[in-house]
Amino acid sequence: METKQPHDSAGVKHDEQVSEDRGSSRREFLGQTGRVAAGVGVAALLGNLGNYALSYAAGGPPIKIGILHSLSGTMAISEVSLRDVVMMAVEEINQAGGVMGRQIEAVIVDPASNWDLFAEKAKQLLLQDKVSVVFGCWTSVSRKSVLPVFEKNNGMLFYPVQYEGEECSKNVFYTGAAVNQQAQPAVEYLMSPEGGSYKKFYLLGTDYVYPRTTNKILRAMLLAKGVPAANIAEEYTPFHHQDYQTICGKIKKFAAGGGAAVISTINGDSNVPFYKEFGNQGLRAEDAPIMAFSVAEDELRGMDTSALVGHLAAWNYFQSVDTPQNKKFVASFKAYCKKNNLPDGENRVTDDPIEAAYFGVYVWKQAVEKAGTTDVDKVRAAVYNQKFLAPGGTIMMDCCNQHTHKPVIIGEILKDGQFKSVWRSKGLVKPEPWSEFTNPEKGCDWISHQGTYQKK
Amino acid sequence: MNLQPPTGGVSAGLETGKSRGKESGDSVTKGLMNRVPCALAIALSIVLSLLLNFSPRSAFAADDEVANPAAAPSAPVLSTIEQALADLTSENAETRSAAVAFLIEKGDASLIPKLDEIRATADRVVRQAIKPVVDLLKNRANLSSELPDYRRSAAADLASTGRREAIAWLQAAAAKEEVWWVRYTMEESANLLELRSGDPSAKLAAVKKLGELRSQNSVTLLQELIEAGKPAEATDEQKSLASTATASVSQIEAWSTKANIIETIFRGISLSSILLIMSLGLAIVFGLMGVINMAHGELMMIGAYATFITQQAFIAWLPPESFDWYFPASLPLAFLASFGAGWLLEATVIRFLYGRLLETLLATWGVSLILMQSARVYFGDLTAVIAPQSLRGGAQVMVGVYLPYNRIFIIILSVVCVVGIYYLLFNSNLGLRVRAVTQNRNMSACLGIPTRKVDSYTFAFASGLAGIAGWALTMVGNVDPGLGQNYIVDAFMVVVTGGVGKLAGTIWASLGIGGLNKVIEPFTGAVYGKVFILVGVILFLQWRPSGLFAAKGRSADA
Repeated sequence: METKQPHDSAGVKHDEQVSEDRGSSRREFLGQTGRVAAGVGVAALLGNLGNYALSYAAGGPPIKIGILHSLSGTMAISEVSLRDVVMMAVEEINQAGGVMGRQIEAVIVDPASNWDLFAEKAKQLLLQDKVSVVFGCWTSVSRKSVLPVFEKNNGMLFYPVQYEGEECSKNVFYTGAAVNQQAQPAVEYLMSPEGGSYKKFYLLGTDYVYPRTTNKILRAMLLAKGVPAANIAEEYTPFHHQDYQTICGKIKKFAAGGGAAVISTINGDSNVPFYKEFGNQGLRAEDAPIMAFSVAEDELRGMDTSALVGHLAAWNYFQSVDTPQNKKFVASFKAYCKKNNLPDGENRVTDDPIEAAYFGVYVWKQAVEKAGTTDVDKVRAAVYNQKFLAPGGTIMMDCCNQHTHKPVIIGEILKDGQFKSVWRSKGLVKPEPWSEFTNPEKGCDWISHQGTYQKK
Repeated sequence: MNLQPPTGGVSAGLETGKSRGKESGDSVTKGLMNRVPCALAIALSIVLSLLLNFSPRSAFAADDEVANPAAAPSAPVLSTIEQALADLTSENAETRSAAVAFLIEKGDASLIPKLDEIRATADRVVRQAIKPVVDLLKNRANLSSELPDYRRSAAADLASTGRREAIAWLQAAAAKEEVWWVRYTMEESANLLELRSGDPSAKLAAVKKLGELRSQNSVTLLQELIEAGKPAEATDEQKSLASTATASVSQIEAWSTKANIIETIFRGISLSSILLIMSLGLAIVFGLMGVINMAHGELMMIGAYATFITQQAFIAWLPPESFDWYFPASLPLAFLASFGAGWLLEATVIRFLYGRLLETLLATWGVSLILMQSARVYFGDLTAVIAPQSLRGGAQVMVGVYLPYNRIFIIILSVVCVVGIYYLLFNSNLGLRVRAVTQNRNMSACLGIPTRKVDSYTFAFASGLAGIAGWALTMVGNVDPGLGQNYIVDAFMVVVTGGVGKLAGTIWASLGIGGLNKVIEPFTGAVYGKVFILVGVILFLQWRPSGLFAAKGRSADA
């Protein structure tokens, strides 16, 4: 944007000169034009230099960061909001004077919900654009596809979405929840007297890595807590599954007699048909509540909430969290969307991944300022133990396992598509990339070990 | 309640006093400083007089209560009930449970509005605490409600409270109940509560009765009884209970299998009707016109968005009572929107590509991507269509068989569409021309049929059918830019399996695929169910490459 201005002014000059020489011959005109063109080039060069000089005066050339979120295709529905919030954070930081006095310049690419394209675009960001850090990815499969690229080129990725764990890469910072920061506390809550003392659990998910791994951990945990295997049902549906008749019939039979809860890791557009069918088959939140891990405010925005009221969801942040910094965050996100004419403008909402993407930018900024450089290895060391007052409350980066200490909140869906918090963890929950139930012997540590190690 | 009028009056009085004070304040600004004490005195006297006016009345009301204790026996309790209501929202769990016990014992249905009020604003913990109270009180009142649905869910809820007081209520209600399903639930609930009681003979009777009722809800409890009778040290009583329970459970299971078969058949038909309604348009376009229209799903999406826009218009401009009418109102709009889009598509793209199958595939694929992304850009995100009240919930046709209304609606709609299409194709002038052009284009042209126009109409009509499908599918799914993509593959599968060019083939193929899917799914799960169906379709097409109903005769090669 800034480099454009000198061109424009040169263009104006060009016009003036041409109008002065209206009477000259064709040859003269050509010669003139050549000179003008050269003049334009020089002017542009000077302008650029001036621009550079200006930015050097402010502390150096802009720092490039990459944004790797799908802006088209199936995942755009969720990921566009993350691009928006990262851009908002960049704007805020730039207005406050940038990082170490240098402005941030975002390079936005669109991997179009295509996993191969994710790797290609990541490569482009790291090798061609030479960005210092990348904020991106939503689905686990997209993260898995860029992982080798980041590891080979020693890049740095901030990944803002809750995921299934079992990963410990020193090139990724996970600002979303690990399984023990979302799914496990949620199920423990349902088993507690406060949560309703549920005894039977129907684990239902979309068929891909996150639900499969999460349910594997949850099943191990439920068995360890003495829930008989007969009281656990597990079922998967393909992506974009629309027909939930049979499954709701099964749940109905499973829930007959009471004491049953549904743990849903259903993702994306299957949620609407599922909740609709659930209500239409006469099941109510009081009989069998659905605890969801992939339904947040941003998804609820587009749903008919009458079928969802009273069901639950577990996250680390809700828009309804009552803190002064969250009120400010929500207001400025709405204002940002309105100002930039983004779809839905003021009606936009914030949710957990949006918050995680937002504070990720600030954690990186703090680390860069602490390290005094954008060098990946030095910044990484500086990220460890970094604290930040995020909209949902203070968070802390772990000392050594690349993950984030976060609070856990369970919310009940309200008619307006917001959540009412019904339970909140005491303090921050320490992230466990390797679950104590499925991989008790493994740990993740990049300080005293080299990543994943065997516990003695 | 009795305190309300006096307090209201006093506060009104105070307000009057205040406003008088304000008036006096105004006069102060006019410079008449010496009148301030005077004005204050007036205001004060007004307040006092109002207070005095009211106090005798409230005293009188109190006298009234005391004087007629027989007429209003609940009067002295009332204050404690109010106390209990206040205690419900207390932070302390013990205070809450004491209040709950008290309210169940003393309360009646008149408390429900207040409890609901508390419930609406309270958090989950309090709601969980209030639930048993509201359940008991409301359900007791609802047992004699006008609406059968209310009576039934009241009876079902009473079973889950586990309170023995409810047995008598349920039995009394069941005796005069007329609707079978409501009576059934009342009896089931009474017996379930009986099952938890201590009396062995009553328990035994309940176990027998539940077996006769085929109560699925009792299976867990009955299993517990069976388990209790297994060990060698079990008492004779437990053993006899266990053997009766075993008999009951097998009775229930046998019935449940039967109910399951019926439900599976219904689900199969329901899925088939969805498949049918979305492939009908495609069957005409692909089958009769020989165009592979990859944008067919997006034409459905247009129908769905037309429904959404109509809904938004109803919300914005019409009174809320007429909201439910948006759904029938949007039917012609959905049809016309897709009809128009189809007509435009035919006129601008497809017209130039007749007979070039692969080109139509690519061109319409491009169009579908454009439509999809423009919907994403324009509508931004997921958009919801709220089902009208009459299409929510469902009907209980027999024990264990519950049929959702939205599914029944789609089944009926698909039948209506099929009948309509058959009528149009085989009983109307237009249909005759369409069939003529399909069978032999050149001959039809020679006979003076405007083939171009017929193509245009047919394509637009098929697109309109896609719009109707999109309209109907808003009742089961969501409205989003990817809507069409979710259905297009299934729709092609149905048309190809059925045999290109034959409507009857499409109907039978959708029945076959939908039915088979629902038969397989309970055993294999949804993922493998889909895999098996695809494998089945591939094998079937190996066996009969031109589908279920192959086009025969001279036109087959064309």
